[in-house]
Parts: sequence; C-alpha cells; structure tokens
Amino acid sequence: MLRIRLVEEAIADAYPRQEMRCPVHLSIGQEAVAAGTAAALARADLAMSGHRSHAHYLAKGGDLRAMIAELMGRQDGCCRGRGGSMHLIDRSVGFMGAVPIVGSTIPIAVGLAFAEKLRGQTRVTAAFLGEAATEEGVFHESANFASLHRLPVLFVCENNLYSVYSPMAVRQPAHREVFEVASAHGIPACQVDGNDPEAVFNQVVAARRHVRSGQGPFFLELKTYRWREHCGPGFDNHIGYRKEAEFLDWKKRDPLENYSRKLISAGLLTEEGVHELSEKISAEIAEAMAFGRKSPFPRGLADFVYSIQP
Amino acid sequence: MSELSYAEAIRDGFREAMRQDQSVLLIGLGIPDPKGFFGTTSGLREEFGGDRVMDMPCSENGMTGVVLGASLNGIRPVLNHQRLDFALLAMDQMCTQAANWSYMFGGQVHAPVVFRMILGRGWGQGPQHSQALHSWFAHVPGLKVVLPSCPQDAKGLMISAIEDPNPIVYIDHRWLHHVRGPVPSGHYRTEIGPLRVALLGKDVTIVAISYMVLEALEAAERLAAQGIEAEVLDLRCLRPLDREGLLRSVRKTGRLVAVDQAWACAGMSAEILACVVEDPQTCLKNPPRRVTLPDCPTPTSPALAAEFYPRADHIVEAVLEMFGRSREPGELALQPGIEYDKPNPAFTGPF
Ligand SMILES: Cc1ncc(C[n+]2csc(CCOP(=O)(O)OP(=O)(O)O)c2C)c(N)n1
Ligand SMILES: [Mg+2]
Repeated sequence: MLRIRLVEEAIADAYPRQEMRCPVHLSIGQEAVAAGTAAALARADLAMSGHRSHAHYLAKGGDLRAMIAELMGRQDGCCRGRGGSMHLIDRSVGFMGAVPIVGSTIPIAVGLAFAEKLRGQTRVTAAFLGEAATEEGVFHESANFASLHRLPVLFVCENNLYSVYSPMAVRQPAHREVFEVASAHGIPACQVDGNDPEAVFNQVVAARRHVRSGQGPFFLELKTYRWREHCGPGFDNHIGYRKEAEFLDWKKRDPLENYSRKLISAGLLTEEGVHELSEKISAEIAEAMAFGRKSPFPRGLADFVYSIQP
Repeated sequence: MSELSYAEAIRDGFREAMRQDQSVLLIGLGIPDPKGFFGTTSGLREEFGGDRVMDMPCSENGMTGVVLGASLNGIRPVLNHQRLDFALLAMDQMCTQAANWSYMFGGQVHAPVVFRMILGRGWGQGPQHSQALHSWFAHVPGLKVVLPSCPQDAKGLMISAIEDPNPIVYIDHRWLHHVRGPVPSGHYRTEIGPLRVALLGKDVTIVAISYMVLEALEAAERLAAQGIEAEVLDLRCLRPLDREGLLRSVRKTGRLVAVDQAWACAGMSAEILACVVEDPQTCLKNPPRRVTLPDCPTPTSPALAAEFYPRADHIVEAVLEMFGRSREPGELALQPGIEYDKPNPAFTGPF
C-alpha cells in the first residue's frame, strides 16, 4: 500500500513537468483493494484491469521502472511506449493487460479463465473493474457466461461511488447494491470495506478458494474512495460534483494511515520502520524516474501492428 | 454575429434548438458535469433543468437504443459521447437499428436522434481514445454524418441535426473546441449536405475533413507564397456527400488532394477520389493524392504521435509534387520546440 501511495504521489508531483504526456488515473485512497487482493492471489494467477490500473499492476508485481517509462512514452516502457498509463501489461507476473474502454477487459478476463478451464489449468483470473463497468451490458454477458461455465474468475469491483463526475445516484438504483447484480447471475457475491486491507485479503482468500475449487466465479464489491481528480494529478473537490466534507470523511478512513497505526499498536511495526520503508521506496521511485528519463523514445510506427508467424 | 469558440458555438446550437422545441433532450455520461463537457453544455442545465440535460449510466449500447426508442415516441434526443471510441459499443443500435428504421418499416416511423461524439487527439490519447472512424458511419445508408470545422457550422449543423427527422452522427474534433470564429446569433440552420468552400482557388482542389481543414488552409497560404492558388473545400458532411460541389471544383482546377486525419484504406478519402475519377467530365492533370494517417493504430508516446499525424507540411508537399517539384531533404522534419501532441500551447492535459 505504501509503495502504491508513494508511486502515485510521485507521478502526481512529476506530472506538471509534462514528461508524462498521457491521461493518468491515480488510485490514491484506494490502495487497500489492490494490495489486499494481490496479496491473496498467487504469483501465477492472472489479472486484468481498466483505466485506473497502476495500483493493480504494481500490487501484482508489475515492474515499476517499465511502468514509469511507459508513462513517459519511452522504448523501455511496458508497452514500448505504444500504450501509456491507460495500457499496462507485465506478463511475467500475470498482469495480462489493462485498457481504458470501460468494461472491455471483463469479457477478456473471462476468456482467460475460459482457456484455463479448457486447458485444465488451475490459475485464477482476477478481473478488476470499477462500479460503473457493471452498468455496461458486456459485464452482464460476461457474468452470465462465467456463471454458466463455472469459470475460475474473480470479479474485483472497486466501488468508489463515482464515474468521473457522475455519482451513483444518477447511474444506479438506490435500492439495490452493486454486488447483488452479480448474485442475480448466480455468482456468489459480497461487499467488503475496500479501505481495510485485512478484510480485503481475507475475503479474497476465501473467494479464491471457492473459485479454485471449481465452483465458478466470485464477485467482490469493495467500497472505497478516490482522493484525487478522476483523471490527472490534482484534487477536484472544489469544482462542485462532490462535497469536501465527503472527501474529508473518507480521508479519515485512509487505508494506509489506519493500517500502519494498527500494526504499530500491535507491535508489528514501528514509526521508524515505516520511515525506513518510505525512504527505501522513494529511492526506488527516484531510480525508476531516472530510468524512464534515460530510456530513448521509440521509433517505428509500423512495428507490432501484426504479429509475425514464428 | 459574435466571436465564439467552437465549443461555445455547439452550446449555442443546443440552446437554440432546446428553446425552439421542448422535446429536445441532451443526454450523455457527464453531460451536466462541472466542466461542461469541454464547455459545450455549460449553463444548459441551469436554463433547461435536469429533465432535459441529463446524466446517464455508463451503458452506451443500451442507452443508444433507449434514445432511439424515445425518438420514435416524440422526443428529440442528443446522445453525447466524450470519445467516438465509446460510441462503438453501440454500433448495432446506430447502424443496424437507427439507420434502418425508416426504411424497413416503409417510411412510417422516424428517428430524429443525434449521436454526437468527440474525436480525440494528442496528449497520449493513444489507440483507444482517438480512433477516427467517421468513415464507418459514412458507409451506412439511413445515417447522415456531419463534421463541422468552424464555429459557425458547429452551431448551424447542430441545430439542423437536431431538427432533422433522421438519425445523425455529429462528430466534433477535440482540437477544434478552442478555435474561435464569427457565429451568427439566434436560431439558424446550416444545411446538411453541401460542402463549404473555405477558400477559392484555381490550381488545385484540397478537400479536407474536420480539423484538417485548418491544416489545409495553412497549406494553402504557404502554397500561395509559391504562386499556387489552392481551393480548399470543407467536407463538413460525409453523408449525404456533395458530389456536385466536389466535381465543380475539381473540373475547374484539374487537381485533387484529399486530406483526412483517418486511415486511407476503405476510408472517406478513397470515396472522394472515387467520386472524382468516376466522373466522365472530370479530367485530372495529375494522379490524385491523399494525405491521411499511416496504416497503424495511434501510438501513445509523444515521439511517435508527432510522426503519426499529417500536417500542413504534408499537404504542401503533396501539392508541390503535382507541380513537378520534388521533395527537399528535411521538408517534413519535425520542428524543434513545437509540441505536436497539444491542440494549443495552453493545453496541459490530462484529457
Ligand atoms: C465505454 C466507455 N465509456 C466511457 C468512458 C469514459 N470513462 C473513462 S473512465 C470512466 C469512469 C468509469 O468509472 P468506474 O468504472 O467506476 O471507475 P473509476 O474511474 O471510478 O475508477 C469513464 C466513464 C470510457 N473510457 N469507456
Ligand atoms: Mg467508480
């Protein structure tokens, strides 16, 4: 969580220098979802995500240097500069891709799971999605198929209450919860405090066990809150789509702050320990930034349009 | 007449159409957002209320069918998409449904609905936020497709689109939103169909679409300095296509360059050339040329994006070649200091 927070903050700080020339969607405030989920997954398990994917990529073990270089549009980026922040991939750790068309990786992740089943493999696929993605028809089509064929897929839905500036109230009926939609597709589902990394971890462990046992998909709705603007490095509580008080309320539920306090009071961590860890991570980030800046810009517009027969 | 930005002109078009007709409905993900959908909806919710300027779920496909249904039942909806790429989720509802309903029910039903989409470009929009697929819609009988390039047309074509009894695809390019120009006040229509002669000339016809009209006008200025008078046609409607207007110009100049910030293969630029070469009365002095995107997806890296997009330089080069001047080394080189991934120097991202 700390690493994700510090990386996202470093991106936010660096963004005005205009060396990361692409839209960025930061996960500050939502770190517990990524960290708790990935900790409960096996390294070999697969994952896909959407536009807000830095945290998922990093938690799954994605290469930080390649991510920073990608944001800078460089040749050593994880997509060789072709993708940018909204398209991350690191196949070496099972992070199989992220794309910014809302909902579009849901069926693709289900397809990964379908192939796992067809090939008799046992890896679980985690499909990260925002709550708005459940409004897309493709979510329901995918959920139906996954349920029908009992596919080994774990839907990890981050409900941060907004889709850009649009609150839940103008998008979904107030009298039903997001996770209940999955239940209606015959998929076991539940709601978890997405700002409590232990709760997330425990629930994902249980859900993964269910999925691995061949009983089919599981859907988790994780309640959380995005601190920064929808897209970009700043804050946007002042522009009027949500209340500062709401933000401050959620800030009190800072997953990072609260969890480190919990660990410290349990004697499992010290203030100095946190400090040391931060220093170490900051050095790693500084190194990744330097790596990105040193990496050359890509050349070759026509490369990779088609795959070449091996 | 007042001087407005293109975004303000779209908003004025909405306002006039909504004042004229109570049944006009503005809908889209983020339509009432605090940034006013790039400034194109600012103030409209205050004037017309939340029932006529409304947000919607993130459900492009379903909502396209919903507004189509509403249009069959007395409402005139404008469904707005922040990017053309998002509208692609609804290809069945737009192309198989909306486009066909008048025809297949023998002209008994009408679908007065506008599908408005913004064409993205620059600042790392990349492969999934900047696909220029206007040609897809131009392919479909039953749809009308407009891409205004100046504020006056942005307003006039929006009003015409809303008041037309057919499904209309209205596409505004992200890099036009800040461009300013004279806009008549009050209610007026710009006819859907006729192209606009943006500049008169006698030596070569440059046909351009949407934002590329601006690049074509810049190219024409530079060509004028070399003694070549280019006629610039703004192909603001792809369907119906103003074939007569096109032929009138090319019959005069005998030379044709089609400019489209889109892929060439099976695209609108091909249709423009076909229209001219099929005409028995048009005699070209040179083989026609196209200035289009390279045949690859949009790269995100600013380094690749700079090479990706055609500019006035490419248009100038295409015309000069027609006049027998070969390319000079470095002519198409990127100039240091220019930020090719920004619509204007004030732009700082992120979207
Ligand atoms: C199909 C589609 N429609 C609209 C958009 C524009 N868009 C980008 S991110 C986003 C918000 C989605 O909200 P949610 O899924 O809840 O994720 P969050 O941003 O809250 O993390 C939207 C609507 C898009 N990228 N793709
Ligand atoms: Mg959300």
